[in-house]
Amino acid sequence: MADISLNTAPQSVDSLQSSYMAQVQRRRLYGGLTLLIFVVLMVSGFNIADERNAGGFWEGLHNIGDYPADVLSEAWAKRADLPALIAKYFPALVETINIAAVSTLLGTIGGVLLSLLGTRGLAKWPRLIPLFRRISDIMRAVPEIVIALVLIFVLGGGPVPAMIAIAIHTAGALGKMFSEVAENTDIKPVEGLASTGATWSQRMLLGVLPQVAPNYVSYTLLRFEINIRASAILGFVGAGGIGYELRNAMAWGPGRFDEAGAIFILLFGTIVFFDQVSSRYRNRLTEGQGQ
Amino acid sequence: MVAYPPLRHGGDMLQIDKLTKRFGDKIAVVTANVSIDKPTMIGIIGRSGAGKSTLLRMVNRLSDATSGTITFEGEDVTALRGAARRNWQSRCAMIFQQFNLVPRMDVVSNVLHGTLNRRSTFATMFNLYPQSDIHKAIEILDRLGIAEQASKRAEALSGGQQQRVAIARALMQDPKIILADEPIASLDPMNAQVVMQSLRTIHEEDGRMVIANLHTLDTARRYCDRVIGMRDGRIVFDGTPAQLTTGVARDIYGAGADFSEAATSTEIETLDRPEVREAEAYV
Repeated sequence: MADISLNTAPQSVDSLQSSYMAQVQRRRLYGGLTLLIFVVLMVSGFNIADERNAGGFWEGLHNIGDYPADVLSEAWAKRADLPALIAKYFPALVETINIAAVSTLLGTIGGVLLSLLGTRGLAKWPRLIPLFRRISDIMRAVPEIVIALVLIFVLGGGPVPAMIAIAIHTAGALGKMFSEVAENTDIKPVEGLASTGATWSQRMLLGVLPQVAPNYVSYTLLRFEINIRASAILGFVGAGGIGYELRNAMAWGPGRFDEAGAIFILLFGTIVFFDQVSSRYRNRLTEGQGQ
Repeated sequence: MVAYPPLRHGGDMLQIDKLTKRFGDKIAVVTANVSIDKPTMIGIIGRSGAGKSTLLRMVNRLSDATSGTITFEGEDVTALRGAARRNWQSRCAMIFQQFNLVPRMDVVSNVLHGTLNRRSTFATMFNLYPQSDIHKAIEILDRLGIAEQASKRAEALSGGQQQRVAIARALMQDPKIILADEPIASLDPMNAQVVMQSLRTIHEEDGRMVIANLHTLDTARRYCDRVIGMRDGRIVFDGTPAQLTTGVARDIYGAGADFSEAATSTEIETLDRPEVREAEAYV
């Protein structure tokens, strides 16, 4: 047997134990303080918010189910009309999905460009990296609904302003996510291509995109789901699609709740459908690489 | 260190009976039968893909057997569910090839993870390990010769040190059985020796059963009391190291006549030890 001693202790076990215990005590103290601060902030913040709330949180809490109950009971009472209403609003749903699809496509192209130009090690103009990063910050900082409202004011209502608004936000958001993926790429293939005299676009297209494609596609599909919801919401401010119909049905109040119910079913079904399709496709991309 | 309690009954300590594991249409382990009557140090050898890891993972209940039973001191552990299964896992520690520590946590915390089965999630969340456990963890680290690393992050340690932290975590569980899945496969020869020697010492001093998957014959010969050979999911050899002739080893590895023990060796001495090359002469 080898002569390896398992007991070599220049520093005594006792002193190691006490110094580690001191470290643990300090960590527990910090942990306890953090917890205390968290609880104090949450409780005091809630109290302030509750005081400023017009109706009061606790008095209003038990009414929270009233509106959904009204909608559901009326929709249930008129359930025979639902299939016809779903068929009636299906074209509006298609318009909403179209807005989401086009804006996701445009936003993705913008996001890829912004990410490659804003990633250290890949950027064409390294000095301009901060510029492209700030552009993508601004694009995702402004909410879609604000851009849409401005554009609707300028261009008038309809799907085009909604599409532009969502595309701008998508480009900013995906630019950020894409550049985080791009930062982790292996630079060696890019160097290999550079050594053959390839241009920047050729290096990105052939050296970087194949590496990042599965992640990019996965983020894009996730963004598409988000954009379906966003484009439905933009309908509320006059951008057309199913959101516009939903606002009309809901603003009418009791009497058209069956229509609101049909639209909710359509929206819910669509989001579940695309969620399932895209998660299946994303799983295949991440697991089935190289097959 | 720990007095070993007497067996509760006259039968075998660990009994593996017709254990089979299927992944889809691929069979990883075929009707494995092993009985172990007292704490022994056992080496399982075989080519990669022979089902060694699957067998150990089934014993620890990391994965479920397709059919067959594992009985420990008269208790059928293959049937355990929920808390009972987790309790069995705490009595049957596992060591992995890639150490499987939490890299960003310090060494003592990693060792204390050996007590998780006895602690609530709440206590774990607020790092409320009793002082006696913390002291015991550092004593175990000292026994393995890495007490000075106690407050470092696990990821800052070398491979050999990390594997000893993993052994310390296993010891913290105070288990009856220690399963080691290729414990030295990603270590250099020097560290491999330290780790195997630690496992042997634990077996001898504490009387714990050690079952180790090994990919080298000479390690199995040198440290184990009993060797089990697996090929294509079947147990094809079960005997003492002395019975493991080169002919048997060729059969286990499915190798031709050009197979020699030195080809699989990771020992430093192998290179200048001519007798290993004539491994046939071992018997």
